[in-house]
Amino acid sequence: MEKLSHIQGTIVPIPVNDIDTDQIIPARFLKVTDKVGLGKAAFCDWRYGEDGETPNPDFILNKVEYQGAAVLVAGDNFGCGSSREHAPWALLGAGFKAVVSTDFADIFRNNALKNGLLPIAVDADTQQQLFSLAEEDPRAAVQINVETQTLTLPDGRKVSFPLDGFSKYCLLNGVDQLGYLLALDDEVREFEAKNPQRVVTTA
Amino acid sequence: MAENGKARTLFEKVWQPHIVREQSDDTPAVLYIDLHLVHEVTSPQAFSMLRERGLKVRRPDLTIGTMDHSTPTTPRNDLGVIPVADAMASKQLDTFAKNCEDFGIPMYALGDEHQGIVHVIGPEKGLTQPGMTIVCGDSHTSTHGAFGALAFGIGTSELGHVLATQTLLQNKPKTMAVNVAGRLGAGVTAKDIILAVIAKIGIGGGTGRVFEYRGEAIRSLSMEGRMTVCNMSIEGGARAGMVAPDDTTYEYIAGREHAPSGAEWDAAVARWRDLPSDEGAVFDKEITIHADELTPMITYGTNPGMGMPITAAVPAPEDESDYNRKIALDKALTYMDLAPGQRLLGQAIDVVFIGSCTNSRITDLRQAADFIKGRKVAEGLRMMVVPGSQQVKAQAESEGLDAIFREAGAEWREAGCSMCIAMNGDQLQPGQYAVSTSNRNFEGRQGKGGRTFLASPLTAAASAVAGVVTDPRAMMTGLSQGEG
Repeated sequence: MEKLSHIQGTIVPIPVNDIDTDQIIPARFLKVTDKVGLGKAAFCDWRYGEDGETPNPDFILNKVEYQGAAVLVAGDNFGCGSSREHAPWALLGAGFKAVVSTDFADIFRNNALKNGLLPIAVDADTQQQLFSLAEEDPRAAVQINVETQTLTLPDGRKVSFPLDGFSKYCLLNGVDQLGYLLALDDEVREFEAKNPQRVVTTA
Repeated sequence: MAENGKARTLFEKVWQPHIVREQSDDTPAVLYIDLHLVHEVTSPQAFSMLRERGLKVRRPDLTIGTMDHSTPTTPRNDLGVIPVADAMASKQLDTFAKNCEDFGIPMYALGDEHQGIVHVIGPEKGLTQPGMTIVCGDSHTSTHGAFGALAFGIGTSELGHVLATQTLLQNKPKTMAVNVAGRLGAGVTAKDIILAVIAKIGIGGGTGRVFEYRGEAIRSLSMEGRMTVCNMSIEGGARAGMVAPDDTTYEYIAGREHAPSGAEWDAAVARWRDLPSDEGAVFDKEITIHADELTPMITYGTNPGMGMPITAAVPAPEDESDYNRKIALDKALTYMDLAPGQRLLGQAIDVVFIGSCTNSRITDLRQAADFIKGRKVAEGLRMMVVPGSQQVKAQAESEGLDAIFREAGAEWREAGCSMCIAMNGDQLQPGQYAVSTSNRNFEGRQGKGGRTFLASPLTAAASAVAGVVTDPRAMMTGLSQGEG
């Protein structure tokens, strides 16, 4: 994983509550055995017409002025539903580095952080302000500082966001979490010696 | 028993003994995983990661695989093989078979007599037992909590963590007691309980929490009914859902392939009897619903929280005070092509789907078959019945349920996730309406442009016969106490 300390970029608003992972990436794209090409299918059923290819001109991700946005601002409870990690893969593939909402579904948050996609939970007022800003001025940019856990709005106002210490460490240092677990091998062995296994699937 | 005088919840009694390293200010807890279920869709990138880093699967003997999501449910050919027409699905299934073989993981392939939906086969084979930690790269892993296990869905990165280390990094969730008081009336089932709970708390209402379902109505449910309830915990946003084990649990597990036997069985049951929450245990939050006030439930919108009693009218966006929720409801009704204030009873439907990890077990099929026996599926309506596993299918066939469905005009299919996820050939056409026993009514979930009404197997069967959304109670004779 690459190091992530700062994000600077424009924002694109999708002011819809409860955006589920089936909208972020429909199940029919889950037949892949790698992570390649999922960005094109992000929000597929909102983004393209009946044929799945012709861009829907009304959908904001297709509007010229919002191309290249790094931050997605969404309605409440983003990423609910399926555990598919294809959702953050698709968002990263579509160029996003952070998603702002008032709240994130647990599994989506976990999946996003493990891939360097930053879930930023803000209060409802900030969320509404970002919606308005982005709608009024597609060039409005925000700055995000992982170390200080702050989101800076175009007017200079700083909003802090929660981030657990371990995820922060991993993001800032570009290390994935598996390394930490692999290093605990002795403790796992000790645990296994004390706790007999409950089932044997290979029996 | 309360340890050190402190009353503990069921969740705490499962969580604490599985801690390899305690949570600290800097790091989440490291949790040991007793059983890891894998399937073809969310695992390939995790196996690739293992190969890239030269890692082994640490405990293949605590891991089991099955093919379910991208598998067709169409009939076997003359060779007894279920053909896979989709080249990408075929490649994914072959990749999964090779991964399981290379890493020594036992796996049930398409066509195997034990293949089925991952959350159906775990309990069916006796692998799901009280007090265990169970994970799978699928959000409906919460199903296994019906046995008093702590079971939750994980992503593909976490799947790699469990394959490589048999552990997971987890921040300790909060708890929420969901009390379901009283008894269910006739025609009202486990599915209606969980749809009512989600309608009450909303789809984000359980975020960061583990539910414990309690109360008389839960105790009266069969294990299949408890699995239906726990299955949809994730639709309330919860990390997991649990039910304390009792004699119903032990009777279900006894004698199954992986269940303990002899003296080990007695020791296991003695241990399991200590799991229920202690009297006076404190939950971070509690809610109560009254089973005797419940009716059959149905969803009208595009998430599982948009549910209502089947006799009710679709809510109006203008009655919603919260702006974002008003917009969401308006968007949902546009997608569903429903009018505010409209009643769903009598709404024409095109498809009825009975299946999925929510409602594809033998008791679900028995309920639907009992209802449909001697009746016919409405003309022009497609009814699909998809057993959750090959074992469920065989059991149903030995009871003659397949014949009942076929004679009524329904399709009797091979086992799999089928139309719940629409990535295997089974799907709605754009604009079609379905009454579905599955768990998600998201836009396009059952096929692009498809419109889903979530309901119980009984409501689905009644609606199949009538050709319109129907309250099963209106068609039931000799009403008996609800179950399931």
